[in-house]
Amino acid sequence: MSSSTDTNVTHGPNPTTPEAFPVAQGPVAIFTKAKDESLIRRRIRYQREADVGWMQRLAAQPGCEGLYACIQCGTCSATCPLSIYMDFTPRRVIQLVREGFRNDALRSQTIWLCASCYACAVHCPQNIHITDVMYTLKREAIAEKLAPKRFPIPVLAGVFYNMVRNHGRTSEFWIVLRLMLRTNPLGLLSMAKTGLALLRTGRMTLTQERVKARHELRAMLPPTEEVR
Amino acid sequence: MSDPKGRARVGVYVCHCGTNIAGVINVKDVAEYGATLPNVVVSREYKYMCSDPGQELIHQDIHEHALDRIVVASCSPLLHEHTFRTATEAGGLNPFFFHMVNIREHASWVHTDKPAATVKARDMLRAAVKRVVRHRALETRSVPINPDVLVLGGGIAGIHAALTLAKAGKKVYLVEREATIGGYMAQFDKTFPTLDCAACILTPKMSSVKAHPNITLWTYAEVTRVDGYVGNFKVEVTRYPRYVNEALCSGCMQCVEACVYKEGRVPDAFNFGLSKRKPIYMPFPQATPSVVLVDPEACIDFKSGKCKKTCIEACDRDAIDLKQAKDVQQITVGSMIVATGFQPFDVKRTPYYGYGRYPNVFTSLEVERLVNASGPTGGEVVGRDGKKPKAVGIIHCVGSRDKNTNAWCSRVCCMYSLKLAHLIREHTEAEVFNFYIDMRTPGKGFEEFYQRLLHEGVHFIRGRVAEVTDWAHDRSEDGKLVIRVEDTLLGTVRRVPVDMVVLSAGLEPREDAQDVRRLFNISCATEGFFLERHPKLAPVNTTTDGIFLAGCCQGPKDIPDTVAQAGAAASEALSLIDAGEIELEPNTAYIEADHCSGCKTCIPMCPYSAISFVAERDQVAVNRAEINEALCKGCGTCVATCPSGSIHQNLFEDDQIFDEIAGLLEFAR
Amino acid sequence: MSAPGHTASPERYLYFPGCSLKSTGAAYEESLLTMFRLLGAGVDELEDWNCCGATSYMAISEHSAFALAARNLALAQRTGAHELMAPCSACYLVLMKTLDYRKRYAQVDQSVREALDRAGLPTTNGVRVRHPLEILYTDFGAARLKSMSVRKWTGGRLACYYGCQAVRPYSEVDDPHQPTRMEALLNAVGVPTVDYTLRTKCCGGSLTGTIPTVGVRLNYELLKEAVRNGAEAIVTICPLCQFNLDAYQAQIRADIWKTLEVPVLYLTQVLGWMLGGEWKELGLNRSISGAKVLRRWLTAPKEKEAYV
Repeated sequence: MSSSTDTNVTHGPNPTTPEAFPVAQGPVAIFTKAKDESLIRRRIRYQREADVGWMQRLAAQPGCEGLYACIQCGTCSATCPLSIYMDFTPRRVIQLVREGFRNDALRSQTIWLCASCYACAVHCPQNIHITDVMYTLKREAIAEKLAPKRFPIPVLAGVFYNMVRNHGRTSEFWIVLRLMLRTNPLGLLSMAKTGLALLRTGRMTLTQERVKARHELRAMLPPTEEVR
Repeated sequence: MSDPKGRARVGVYVCHCGTNIAGVINVKDVAEYGATLPNVVVSREYKYMCSDPGQELIHQDIHEHALDRIVVASCSPLLHEHTFRTATEAGGLNPFFFHMVNIREHASWVHTDKPAATVKARDMLRAAVKRVVRHRALETRSVPINPDVLVLGGGIAGIHAALTLAKAGKKVYLVEREATIGGYMAQFDKTFPTLDCAACILTPKMSSVKAHPNITLWTYAEVTRVDGYVGNFKVEVTRYPRYVNEALCSGCMQCVEACVYKEGRVPDAFNFGLSKRKPIYMPFPQATPSVVLVDPEACIDFKSGKCKKTCIEACDRDAIDLKQAKDVQQITVGSMIVATGFQPFDVKRTPYYGYGRYPNVFTSLEVERLVNASGPTGGEVVGRDGKKPKAVGIIHCVGSRDKNTNAWCSRVCCMYSLKLAHLIREHTEAEVFNFYIDMRTPGKGFEEFYQRLLHEGVHFIRGRVAEVTDWAHDRSEDGKLVIRVEDTLLGTVRRVPVDMVVLSAGLEPREDAQDVRRLFNISCATEGFFLERHPKLAPVNTTTDGIFLAGCCQGPKDIPDTVAQAGAAASEALSLIDAGEIELEPNTAYIEADHCSGCKTCIPMCPYSAISFVAERDQVAVNRAEINEALCKGCGTCVATCPSGSIHQNLFEDDQIFDEIAGLLEFAR
Repeated sequence: MSAPGHTASPERYLYFPGCSLKSTGAAYEESLLTMFRLLGAGVDELEDWNCCGATSYMAISEHSAFALAARNLALAQRTGAHELMAPCSACYLVLMKTLDYRKRYAQVDQSVREALDRAGLPTTNGVRVRHPLEILYTDFGAARLKSMSVRKWTGGRLACYYGCQAVRPYSEVDDPHQPTRMEALLNAVGVPTVDYTLRTKCCGGSLTGTIPTVGVRLNYELLKEAVRNGAEAIVTICPLCQFNLDAYQAQIRADIWKTLEVPVLYLTQVLGWMLGGEWKELGLNRSISGAKVLRRWLTAPKEKEAYV
C-alpha cells in the first residue's frame, strides 16, 4: 500500500487490454499437445452473450407476465411428467429467459417436449403460466428458425398448421404421412402396424376433411399471423 | 373567536425541510406569495420549521406582530401538527388557531414538475390562509385511565404480558378460551435454537400466573362484549361451565380414573387427535389451573341422563357439579392487550401432499407430539401403522409462500423443520430429507443452529415438492411414499421414497379473527392478522387507543419475538396507566341540541358507537341524540348524515371547509 | 341450450366434435350420441365446425390460434345456442382458453374481434363451453343415472383416467388434484373403480407418435400403475388419451410387458352400456387392445327397458 505522497509510484487509470493481447474465446484447443483433451469442458457465461431486454419483451405477451415472479423453487420441474427427458428442466428454461440467454432457450428440446398438460401452471406457487411461456418460446424458435430441423415435434406443428390453415380440419393419416416423410421415412414401417389396426377398427379415414366455408378462414387468418 | 368581518392577523411560515421541499418547490416564491394574501401580516421561509429556532420564530412573531392565526406549510400533520400546536400555545394563542399545510407529501414528494408543484403549493397555502381565519378556539379534554388491564389470550404472549404488568403492581385479568393457559407452546417438545424443553421453560411462568395475587385468571372463558373507550373499557367476560368447581378441584384426577369409560374415545385435541381421552379429563398434566373438565358432547350423563356417575363418587371434595351454569362477569379496565395467537394452516387445503389419504403423512404439530416423551406414543416416532420410519421427508413451506394458499412466509417453519429433523434423527436414526425453497434462519443463534444440523447428516434438498404419491416405479418404492422433486442445486429431478412425510405447515390468522376484531373495534390487515398502527414505529399499538397487540395474532413470529412483543405491549399499557390520563383530540362532532329532531338517522352510522339516543333524563323528555366526546373519533360520518344539518364537527366546520374550497378554486377565476 | 327449429325438447346439446372424434375417436362420438339418446337428450353437431388448433396451432401463431378457435364459438353463437359441448379435452381446453384470454387480454380480444368481423361472424361471445363429464354430473347427476341404468356390470374394475387438459388449468369439469366425478357416476350405476395416483398425469399427447421413447413410456407407466392398483380396464374422457393408452399396447408388450392386455374405454361407452346401449352403437367394436376381454365381460342382457 503506497501513500499518495510517494512520488516514486505513479497510478494511472486501470490498464485495459491493449490491442496486442489476443483474447481466448470459446472452445479453442490451445496450450495442449494431447489430441484428445475432450474430457475437459470450459463452461462459463459472459454477460455479453445475454440479451438483457429479452425477458421484458417476452413478459409483455399474453400469459407471460408471471416471468418476473419466478423464485426458482423447482415445483414446475418436479411435477412436469416430461422434465426428466428435457435438456433443461422447465425451471432452468425460465431462468435462461430471465437472464437473457436466448440461444439456449430457443434451441432447447424442452419447449418441444412440453405437452401442455398445465401441471406446472396449476402447481406454481407464484401462479406463473409456464405453459404460455413455453408456447411463446416455441413461436419464437420457429420464427427464428432455431428449432432443430429434423426434430419431429416442430415439424408436426408446421404440418398441422398448414393443413388446418388450408383445409380447416386435420386428417390424421396425412399428418402422420407428411411428418414421417420429413423426419424419419423408415419409421413409417414401424407405424404400419398401428395404422392397420386403426384402419381395421374404422378409426382412420384416408380422405382429407375440409370445412365448407374456407373463405371465412382465408378472411380471418392471414392478418392475425402478423402478430406473433 | 373568528372575526365576523373575516379579519385576522395571520403568520405564514413556509418550510424548506432541507431539500425535501425546497428541492422541488420554489419556497421563496411561495413565501412571497403568502405575503400578498389577505389577512397575512407576516410571511417567512425557513430551512427547518420544526427545529427550536423555527418554533422560536413563531413565538416571537406572535408577540411582535400580535398574530392571532398561524399557518405552517411543511410536512404531514401526522408528524408535526402537535409540535406546531404546542409552539402556537407557547406563544400565547389557543393551539387550534394553527393550521398545517402538507406541501411535502402532497406536493414536493409526489411531483417532478417543479413549476407545477410550486403553483400547487401556492394554491394550497392560499386555501389554508382562508380557512384558518375561520378557526375557533377549542379546549382539549383529558380522561382518567383505569389502571386495570385485560389480557386476552393465555399463550406465552399473554402470560408474559400479564406477568410484566402484575409485577409492576397493576391488576390484570387474563382471559383464556381454552381450559388451560399455555397455548401452542405447551404442545411443543423442544424449542429452537437452544433445544430447551418448552414445557420446562413455560410451566414455571404458568405457575407464576396462577400464584400472582395481581392476576385474575379466567380460563374456559371468552370476552363477549366490549364497550367504552381508552381508559374506561367496560368488558363482559363469559365463563363457560366446566361442570367442575374450580375452587374445590385439587387436580388429583381420581374422577378420570373412575369414569365409566374404561378408555378414552374422544380424540384428544392436545395431541391433535393422535390419542383419545375420556369425557372427563385434564387437558394435559401441567394444565393451569389444575382442574378437570367435563365435555358435555361426550359425557353419557349429558347425552342420555343415565350414568352411574362414578366420577362424582370418586371425588372426595364434591367438586363435580354437572348442573353448573355459565358465569358472566362485568369488569372495567383502562387498557387491553390482544394476544389471541394463530392457527396452523390446514393441510387438507393442499391435498396433493397426501394428508388424510396416506396414513403416514403428518403435520409438524402432530410430530411435535410424537417426539414428546409425554405424547401419545411416549416419545416414539412411529407411523400410524406403529412402524419406525427408515426414511423421513420434511416438506417446508406448506401453505406458505404460495399464491394458491397463503402468500406470506410463516417465518418459523424453516427453524422448526430443522428442529424436527434433529429430533427425528435423534429418536429414529432414520435418513431425514428436508425439502426447502430457501433456508430462512435469521435470528440470533439461528444460523448456528443450521450449521449444527448440517453436521448431523440431514439431507438438504433445495426444491419445492409438488406432490407426495404412492406411485411406485419399481419394487424398491413399493409401499413407500414417493417424493418427486427437482434438486435444483444438483440440477436433476429425483425420486425420494420415504416412510413418513412431515408437512411443515405455516401459520395463519385464527378463523374468528374477524369476529374478535369487531368485538374490540380494531382492524385486520389484508392477510387477516391484526393491524398494527405502524409496522416499524408502532408494532404493538393499534389504531384504537388503549388496545395493544402481542404475539402471532399480529403476524407469524417465534417465541423470542413473541415474548419481546408482549413486553412491549405491557410497557405501552404501563405508559398509558402511569400517565394517569389521556388527552382527547377535540376534532369531535357536536350536536346543536335545539336543531336535533331525534330522527335517529345518525346513530347506526357511527362506526365507534359514539352516538346514543337520550329519550329522557331525570324524568324530563329529551328525545335527542347525544355524542360521547370520548368515543368520537371525528370521522365526520354523522355530520354528513344528519338530514337537518344539526351536527357539526370541530376543526371541520362548514365555513372552514367552504372557505378552504373557495381558496383552492380561486385559481380558476 | 336449444338450437333454433327445435321446440320444447327436454334437453338438446350443441356439440363440437373436433377432428379426433371423426377419426381415431370415432367410438367416442358414437357412444356419446348413443348415451345422450338413451338419457333422453338430443345432440346436434355444430355445422361446418373447424379444427380447434389443439397445441400445434398455438405453437406457430398465437392470435391466429385464438381466431381459429373463436370461429367455432361464433358459429355456435349464430345458432342462438348458449352452450357448446366439447368432448375432446384438447378442444375443450382451447375453447375455454379462447374465452378466458379474450376477457383478460385486450390485444387478444381485438385481434379475434377483427378476424371474426372480416369473416362476417358475430364478434361478441355469449356461448359457454362444457365437457360431457361436467354435463353428466351437473345436468343429470349420479342419482338420475342410477335410476336409468338397466344392466348389471359384469366386467372388471375400472381405473378412471381423467388426463390433463379437461381438469387443468380450468377446473369446472373436476378438481385438478383429486377429481372424483367419473368414479361417482360409475359407482352410482354399479361399476366398481379403483384408486391410483396418476389419474391426471399427462399421457404425453402427440409424443407417442413423435418421440415414442418418451411418449410410449409415459403410457406404459400409466397402465402399469393402474394395473398395480387392481385395475382391469381404463376408462377415459379424451380421444387422444384413449388412443395413446389403446394403440400402443402392442409395442409395450413387445418391448417390456408381455402380458399387457387392458381394454381402454370411454366413459360414454361404459355409461352407454349400463343405460342399455348395444355393442356396435357404442363403438365397442373399435377397441384395439383388450378386445377379447371386452367380449368376455360385456355379455349381460338388459334387465329392464331403458327409460327414454
